[in-house]
Amino acid sequence: MEKKNGKAWLYLLPALAFLGVFMIYPLVDVFVYSFEEGYNSASQTFFGTGLYNYSYVLHDPYFLQALKNTFLLVIITVPLSTGLALLISLALSSIEKLKSLYQTVFFLPYVTNTLAVGLVFMILFKKTAYTDGLINLMITWFGGSSVDFIDGPYWAKMFVLCFYTIWVVMPFKVLILTSALASVNQNYYNAARIDGTSKLRIFTRITLPMISPMLFYLVITGFIGAFKAYSDAVALFGTNLNAAGMNTIVGYVYDMLYGNSGGYPSFASAAAILLFAIVLTITCINLMISRKHVYY
Amino acid sequence: MDNQTDYKRIERRAAIGKVLSRTVVYVLLTVWAIVVLFPFYWMILTSVKSYSAYNSEYIPRFFTLTPTLQNYVDAFTAVPLGRYFLNTLVFTLATTGLMLVVITLAAFAFARLEFRGKNLAFTILLSLMMIPNELVIITNFVTVTDLGLRNTFLGLILPSVTSVFYIYLLRENFAQIPDELYYAAKVDGTSDLKYLLKVMIPICRPTMITIVILKVIECWNSYVWPRLITDDPGYFLVSNGIQEIRENGIGRENIPAMMAAVVVISVPLILLFLIFRKKVMAGVSRGGTKG
Repeated sequence: MEKKNGKAWLYLLPALAFLGVFMIYPLVDVFVYSFEEGYNSASQTFFGTGLYNYSYVLHDPYFLQALKNTFLLVIITVPLSTGLALLISLALSSIEKLKSLYQTVFFLPYVTNTLAVGLVFMILFKKTAYTDGLINLMITWFGGSSVDFIDGPYWAKMFVLCFYTIWVVMPFKVLILTSALASVNQNYYNAARIDGTSKLRIFTRITLPMISPMLFYLVITGFIGAFKAYSDAVALFGTNLNAAGMNTIVGYVYDMLYGNSGGYPSFASAAAILLFAIVLTITCINLMISRKHVYY
Repeated sequence: MDNQTDYKRIERRAAIGKVLSRTVVYVLLTVWAIVVLFPFYWMILTSVKSYSAYNSEYIPRFFTLTPTLQNYVDAFTAVPLGRYFLNTLVFTLATTGLMLVVITLAAFAFARLEFRGKNLAFTILLSLMMIPNELVIITNFVTVTDLGLRNTFLGLILPSVTSVFYIYLLRENFAQIPDELYYAAKVDGTSDLKYLLKVMIPICRPTMITIVILKVIECWNSYVWPRLITDDPGYFLVSNGIQEIRENGIGRENIPAMMAAVVVISVPLILLFLIFRKKVMAGVSRGGTKG
């Protein structure tokens, strides 16, 4: 085929221009920012270059709190949501009646506005002077004592955050796993049935290996997504996450950039690069583990 | 004789086991369905309870006998909810429209045209997919601020009119169209642009619809970038609007009106989903990420 250099680049021009300005340049720039010490966004001056920004961020109690919150969130929600999604997908694929109704219902959280529905969760869990809230009412029914999940103790706030996060991420996982289960060749199951294989053995020796690539894909995207958690926390606890003690790493980046304590792009950049390094490391570890356990 | 009864017993036991496992499955599914649906029920219920009724319920009631639409009136009059709505609509339509043009042209170049540096450009493009938004948003914020585009639609829209992933998705689809069609069109003297518009786009319509749906959901729910770039309520999108309502708007006390606003914000996407259910779910499983 004849080469059409000029014309082809003309077609690419809009995409390249946008990618250049809003992706490639910022990518370089974020590293530059992170090494510029004492950068002032108003006068665009800085004192010198070095690792001070990283050391500042790593010694900032707010960042350490955000780090702890994010890690807890990841460790709790990724296994729980993946396991629950697997359970629900298995249940879904074993029925025929009402299947598409259940599928539709389970998918609803995906299309809802995280901020808006977060408000509903806040109301359900919050304890005010006027009312204990519905969840606390239920807790007292079962003989427990009520607790404020939004402004109360740390574990209660963490619980709501994890619960809401799982609620939000479930639709995607259920959808992917249901289609993975549906694509397993029925012949394997028929052969196993003829051999009189037990259900548990069918699950561990056929189903699990067959869907392992998708399961693993969900674990990786789950880790990445949970490390970037932010708007769920804002929805539940408001924009001043540092005051609530529920900030996440991404929240810390945005607060440094523009927020109550904002205006420090250098600190924000250092924190963002630290986050990227963490996510990259975890993803690499995941990939190494997957080599042993995933069957393609 | 003994054998026969034995068989019957085995059959009966198997039938009971089947019913039991069926029941467990349906109970599990129904419990999760309730967990998913309950917040929606509660938000609609609260939005039709009157202000005084809601605040006098120390123990919340699960239903109301005197529904009122007053909260919806309050939601639109006490805060500029209509304005937020309109802003989001403009933002969503403009971003999606512009993005379609940009990615279609790029995908066409990568799929159909031959030029020097194509492989290198495509490799760089693919590697850009790994870059998280959080890493580039800092400089984008500074760039847009320096350009004086804060609190403008341009500033809201510009950073999100390209998507590396959608270019890739569309290019893969374009590449599946047989070359013969292109040569036939060339013999007939069709220009490249006309071929793109009259042949490639109609063939790849399902993929384009998928992309549009995913982008619309993303735009409607976007929160982080709009929050950074707008502090003038005149340019707030619904997500920022709802946060504003929560923190300063109708007041923490008027929860029924807040819930009315939440209902109004949630309805468009839920409707879109219910109408295009199959397309949305197929699209998300092909190219969605959230979770």
